[in-house]
Amino acid sequence: MSNVRVLVGTRKGAFILTADGKREKWNVSGPHFAGWEMYHVKGSPADPNRLYASQSSGWFGQLIQRSDDGGKTWHQPGTPPGELPAPGPPKGTSNKFVYDVSAETGKPLTTHQFYDGTQHPWEFKRVWHLEPSLTDPNTVYAGVEDAALFRSTDGGENWQELSGLRGHGTGPMWQPGAGGMCLHTIILDPSNPDRIFIAISAAGAFRTDDGGKTWTPINRGLYSKYIPNPTAEVGHCVHHVAMNPLRPGVLFMQKHWDVMRSDNAGDSWQEISGNLPTDFGFVIDVHAHEPETIYVVPIKSDSEHFVPDGKLRVFRSRTGGNEWEPLTKGLPQSNCYVNVLRDAMAVDSLDRCGVYFGTSGGQVYASADAGDSWAPIVRDLPAVLSVEVQTLDSEKSTHGG
Amino acid sequence: MIHVILPQHLRTLARVGSEVTLEVEGPVTQRSVLNALEARYPMLCGTIRDQVTQQRRPFLRFFACEQDLSHEPPDAPLPDSVVSGAEPLIVLGAIAGG
Repeated sequence: MSNVRVLVGTRKGAFILTADGKREKWNVSGPHFAGWEMYHVKGSPADPNRLYASQSSGWFGQLIQRSDDGGKTWHQPGTPPGELPAPGPPKGTSNKFVYDVSAETGKPLTTHQFYDGTQHPWEFKRVWHLEPSLTDPNTVYAGVEDAALFRSTDGGENWQELSGLRGHGTGPMWQPGAGGMCLHTIILDPSNPDRIFIAISAAGAFRTDDGGKTWTPINRGLYSKYIPNPTAEVGHCVHHVAMNPLRPGVLFMQKHWDVMRSDNAGDSWQEISGNLPTDFGFVIDVHAHEPETIYVVPIKSDSEHFVPDGKLRVFRSRTGGNEWEPLTKGLPQSNCYVNVLRDAMAVDSLDRCGVYFGTSGGQVYASADAGDSWAPIVRDLPAVLSVEVQTLDSEKSTHGG
Repeated sequence: MIHVILPQHLRTLARVGSEVTLEVEGPVTQRSVLNALEARYPMLCGTIRDQVTQQRRPFLRFFACEQDLSHEPPDAPLPDSVVSGAEPLIVLGAIAGG
């Protein structure tokens, strides 16, 4: 019998929601790290009991937490779980994210574009997204603000920047979106261990084919009328990118405005917004077994971050885009004004694909029938920042969400 | 022994009560007290001062003996009553909502 474990990051703590394969009765654990902003919690595909969490606070900065038992207990990597460390020099470097400025490994980028167009120094603020390796529980990638990609190969104890990304040369043209200049999407290609896709608001999407040494902007076909050159190589506010592991060359993107797809690993993009009521939004995800079935949650506009017409609707396309149907059964269809943030949707890999998303109003909705109907797992959490799901089969995970 | 009072979230992180007691070698300053605190409780590294710049986090303050020491140089001696253990060094979160 399979189980699912939903990992929820909120403005004031993390929650773990578990159910059996029917996904009807849920157990709620939390808040973990009560009072802290939990931007992201994600499990290792190689070891489902290994979880990583990004914990941050405007007062106390960034912390990384790790669980080795599926979220029952947590510790900061490098700090022994459940006991105080032996006296001695501090070993707590799991929250030390230092930009690489060495001439050998990273071109010393010192500035990026600020909101007003002036150049601004790079300053670390927080970790937005943690992406565990597909094969090694101790290897994990972190997407951070100000935008950069870090990697740990020792279970999160130490982090090194993959500085070729910032060293690409376009850094001075990157600029923050409304939420900050964040690297929020990291996709590891299951068919090619050297290929990684990332996305940054507001720089765009990038791809490496050599394990992170060098990077290529993959934004051809994007059109953003809010930047001086709407078809520029970089500067696009990409909100999220999703991939079905069964077809790693096909990518789906929710841009600031516009829903896009690429059939050539990002070399070019085509718009697939079709009949959506608005093509602004944050989340996008792909059905676990049907690579042409995709989900978005349209948001009214970039100045009105809530669903249009007071109706919470997931839109599903079974044709890879352009033709969309609203999914409303079980979702509020009046007086609803929530947002769904970019990392707040995930899918499980059970035979009947489950789809999950969390809202700024603290609801986490689940569908056990690929979106046909929905029910809230919880209704009153703090504002949801991220949702991930693990499909656990006989104590093993088969899909990281 | 030096007494340090931590804000609630840092007590939870360090798994301690409201006050911790530290042995500090040499001159008792903000820097030496924080060095001793982080050596004893490495999970606090980076939470009170930046790991790289060693600058106090902007939303934290240091109080002792009814004085705001936040803007004193990190190597300035702390008040005698803190050095003697009669008064604690208080690490306080700024009141900024949230």
